[in-house]
Amino acid sequence: MAECHPVAFRYVMQAKLAGAKIVHADPRFTRTTAMADIHAPLRAGSDIAFLGGIINHVLNSKRWNEEPFFKEYVTAYTNAATLINPEFQDTEELDGVFSGLGPYKEGAWGLNGHVGQYDNKTWQYQGTEIADQGRSAATAQSGEQGVQSGQESEAAEAPPAGGPPYDELVRGLLKPPSQTDPTLEDPNSVFQLVKKHFERYTPEMVEQITGCPADRMRQVAETLLENSGPDKTSAICYAVGWTQHTYGPQMIGTAAMLQLLLGNMGRPGGGIVALRGHATIQGSTDIPTLYHSIHGYMPAPTVLKKHETVSEYLQAETLPKSYWANMPKFFVSYLKSMYGDAATAENDWGYGWHPRISGDHSHMPMAIAKAKDRVRGMFAMGQNPAVGGQNAIYQRKALAKLDWLVVKDNFETETAAFWYKSPEAVSGELPPEDIPTEVFFFPSAQVAEMDGTYTNTQRLVKYHFKAADPPGDARSDLWFTYHLGLRLKELYKDSTDPRDAGIQNLVWDYEPDEEEVAPWAIKDEPSAPKIMREINGYMSGNQEEHLPGFAALKDDGSTTCASWIYSGIFPKPGIENLRAAHRDNTPTTAEYDGQSLQGTELDWGFAWPANRRMLYNRASARPDGTPWSVEKAWVWWDPDKVNEATGDAGMWTGLDVPDFVLGKAPDAQPKEGGIGLDAHSGSDPFIMKADGKGWLFTPTGLVDGPLPTHYEPIESPVPNLLYPNNPTSPVLKRWDVEGNVAAAAEDPAFPYVLTTYRLTEHHLSGVMSRWLPWLAELQPELFVEISPELAAEKGVANTEFVRVITPRGEIQAKALVTSRIQPMAIAGKTIHHVGLPWHWGYQGVVTGPVTNDLSLMVGDPNVSIHEGKAFVCNLEKA
Amino acid sequence: MAQQTDIFPPPGEAMEPPGAFEAQPMGFYTDTTVCIGCKACEVACKNWNGLSARDGGAQPMSGDSYDNTRTLDGEHWRHVKFIEQFSEDRSQGRWLMMSDVCKHCVQAGCLEVCPTNAIIRTEFDTVVIQADVCNGCRDCIAACPFGVIEVNPVNNTAMKCTLCYDRMQNGLVPACAQACPTASIQFGPIAELRELGAARVEQLNTQSRDAGRPEDAYLYGADDSIVGGLNSFYLLIDEPEVYGLPRAPKLPSSQLPATTALTAAGAAGLGLLGLLGFRKRRMDDFAAEARAEAAESVRLAPGETVVVEPERGAKGGVGGEY
Repeated sequence: MAECHPVAFRYVMQAKLAGAKIVHADPRFTRTTAMADIHAPLRAGSDIAFLGGIINHVLNSKRWNEEPFFKEYVTAYTNAATLINPEFQDTEELDGVFSGLGPYKEGAWGLNGHVGQYDNKTWQYQGTEIADQGRSAATAQSGEQGVQSGQESEAAEAPPAGGPPYDELVRGLLKPPSQTDPTLEDPNSVFQLVKKHFERYTPEMVEQITGCPADRMRQVAETLLENSGPDKTSAICYAVGWTQHTYGPQMIGTAAMLQLLLGNMGRPGGGIVALRGHATIQGSTDIPTLYHSIHGYMPAPTVLKKHETVSEYLQAETLPKSYWANMPKFFVSYLKSMYGDAATAENDWGYGWHPRISGDHSHMPMAIAKAKDRVRGMFAMGQNPAVGGQNAIYQRKALAKLDWLVVKDNFETETAAFWYKSPEAVSGELPPEDIPTEVFFFPSAQVAEMDGTYTNTQRLVKYHFKAADPPGDARSDLWFTYHLGLRLKELYKDSTDPRDAGIQNLVWDYEPDEEEVAPWAIKDEPSAPKIMREINGYMSGNQEEHLPGFAALKDDGSTTCASWIYSGIFPKPGIENLRAAHRDNTPTTAEYDGQSLQGTELDWGFAWPANRRMLYNRASARPDGTPWSVEKAWVWWDPDKVNEATGDAGMWTGLDVPDFVLGKAPDAQPKEGGIGLDAHSGSDPFIMKADGKGWLFTPTGLVDGPLPTHYEPIESPVPNLLYPNNPTSPVLKRWDVEGNVAAAAEDPAFPYVLTTYRLTEHHLSGVMSRWLPWLAELQPELFVEISPELAAEKGVANTEFVRVITPRGEIQAKALVTSRIQPMAIAGKTIHHVGLPWHWGYQGVVTGPVTNDLSLMVGDPNVSIHEGKAFVCNLEKA
Repeated sequence: MAQQTDIFPPPGEAMEPPGAFEAQPMGFYTDTTVCIGCKACEVACKNWNGLSARDGGAQPMSGDSYDNTRTLDGEHWRHVKFIEQFSEDRSQGRWLMMSDVCKHCVQAGCLEVCPTNAIIRTEFDTVVIQADVCNGCRDCIAACPFGVIEVNPVNNTAMKCTLCYDRMQNGLVPACAQACPTASIQFGPIAELRELGAARVEQLNTQSRDAGRPEDAYLYGADDSIVGGLNSFYLLIDEPEVYGLPRAPKLPSSQLPATTALTAAGAAGLGLLGLLGFRKRRMDDFAAEARAEAAESVRLAPGETVVVEPERGAKGGVGGEY
């Protein structure tokens, strides 16, 4: 975190100065470790074993079993008490796989890459049929994993009720409630299944798998226990490298389980803190560039599911319980934002014009599609796959198959220059004259040269104002996209082809008002506030009547809203009402039990949803609505406070916007036949889940198992000590194509674990840092970090060149010999790590080999994230 | 002094330039225990002061941990040092980081020797080289006991940190301190900084005492024992030499006969007295404080400098053998 997020790390340092303990789990001793109280050195990719060991320790610890807080939180707020289908079989019974595993059948797209597929029928809550219980993984949303998401097929055969209103359709989706055992003793209860699942994750086993000394793991677990409870919380922070494993989402899931078991969710100072890898990456998933998702985490319409009409789409994707029951309102308002007046109830809101996906269209399969001549053109905007793409040699060769490539970036990146400067072009393997790709380079404006927003990791949206015109022809992404859209609309305006109606009817009215562009030389920059207005939402037909928030959305077309989760960010016309631009850092205050409490800065930017600064904050109070402690008071039930909206006494109050129905009393019971939040009780904090609980066990949503379990990376120098016969995820994605070959398990030719990472001094593929002399001189060359022990073994001295070799490629770079890398004793072997930053390429002020020439295109089964943090290599003196 | 946080004026409103800081001794207190080695200070310094990168940025890597700028010089006015200390089995290890800078000495060797009066002491008790008066003779380079000064390759004059004299004259925190994400570099009146530093030393040593570890935190240069005091002083947790700092730095004037060294008469003999009025006042302060201490009184007149004498506890392991 200090390495990659030094600015965010200031808060960690402030906590440290106030007495917080910092634990760092990492194979290397980094700048973060330098600030930590405890370092847990782990072999790259062994995180689930480590966290599983902590869970096992916690559940059997004295503190967890004696401090009543833990069991009270877990019983009331998680699905620990829920009973699971007795036919469920765990990895512990089936040697590393869960019940329901079968073969995967590729569809027409052919590049989804899964090596297997689970039928998750046996993972379900007892008494319920298969039904989405919460939002699903990308590959389930897209329909690549056919059976796991949405309703089961028989139900889908009955024609869905129409709309609007769509309430009957939603009510028709209701399933019987699950069965529970609040004593947590039933062998089929989630709690007992979790406990049993991690029984073999003993400190000694963890040491064997991870290389982390058993005592160190115990120390970490005890530190977490000491610092969690009614008056203390612990946070787990990760940067996106943690996701980059073939079981990455399951690693994050293990951390979430641990936090639920420790009562650290929905409480101040707790949670899982995801540090995104790039400015406004959060924003780019909220209003997404993701293939499987449309605005506000609604699934993209897909040809792989029964998605022919709005009703069918809503039937497949609406969760009848939880706040997601309002999906018809979100979705119809979204279609109104797309097609405006042209979207009517009669034409199904223009749904037929909306693009639909047909498989995994994420980065790696698209690279293969390019190589297979199935993609004609590509826009690379702020993206540099010639350096940043996994198996970059393959990716550059794939670019050479395109008809056209548009690169919009600050500088002529490696991707823009691939056709004449790549190692393949220079060596003559792929000479420029053999590359048909027409490359267009568009220079980008910088952040201070445009109006726009950033959405930070904590969902905090901050608006920034243009300060200067960009130089020359440089333009904002907004300008580029807007004018591209205008030109496409002009191009298709006379078309009679039905498939072009989507472009013809697309709402694209972001022309700037004269005064907006008056100070600037660029007069045709689109109006960012008008886009913010569409994102926030307005009453259809009257753009001046902004929506106050998503609670105002309707499913009858009377409201227009591009992204429901952002609604409320711009509640009234006038830039002064754009809450993302607000900068008042006065913290909230409240009185509780005679004490003055200080909270958060609610008028500093805007945090979706509804400006809540902490999600699921109902959990910061006990089931009876009182704070767990005054120290950790955040949101609580005040029985005397009068709810102004209803005039009734009793409402949730505190230091934040409550993430709960304001007037729903702690002892409220679910309404019979209720949909949405009516289906939840007054003590169900997790309002986006069907059962209102935090999940220790995941019946739907993840396609690779309801519990996290230890697998090895697809390339590993050691066996899986827990599941020797199923060492890797049985459902991961792999693309065994020419030029993308994985090393076999424990291949002696590749004995070292290779992990890649970023340095503080550079950013990603280097486009924002390697061109800047001030940053370039701080880390001017690619280096290979190795331990003195490995250096001695290989006869390599510091700064001498070494060769790093994988089945994909070979690079040469200088060795940085450092004790910050340590050999590990794993399963009776000495395992060495080889560390490689990946910021260099063949363009820029400083250049160097492309680290990703070594990496492998292989994907996690849920979200198709690659495995860039743990693979294998050989190393020799050059 | 609080660091500036509210740098954003409301939309549509221009930023009001704040006035100059009050003329009083100002400087840096660098708490090396919270330095994360991000080098934002180095970059912010170069950005504000318009400094070039060595060889346009394309210099070879050093192989010395993550330190590639290696030294303070005419184009590097901030420099982050990285010191790796590990036992062979890694059971013990630490990675010390320290952002180094000109110390703005109360008795400044560079100022003593400058033949052209290019080096001045400012109203903030900082030491600034005026580029337009510097003739490039390099005497100051040899005179600096900390190796801070070098000739800038672009304008061929001796250059170093100005403590952002131009920013201070306009009420702005120096660029490095403004950029430091962890408040390792703190800026303010020396008197306040010394209190902060002393409190932090006490906090760290209490933690060490409670944990049965050596009480190794101390302030380097916060009192007058090092060339009369450093207006950029440091909190360290190992011997000064480990950080590349001299234990007992010498001034050029200390090479003069003892009767003239470090006396007002000696300074007058070197023709420096006029330049050193401010320094003299500081030294007078120290003298007054010494007298006050002798009288077991810690109360000083308002506006007088407060000197907190750090407790020098037992140091930790010797550098490199940790």
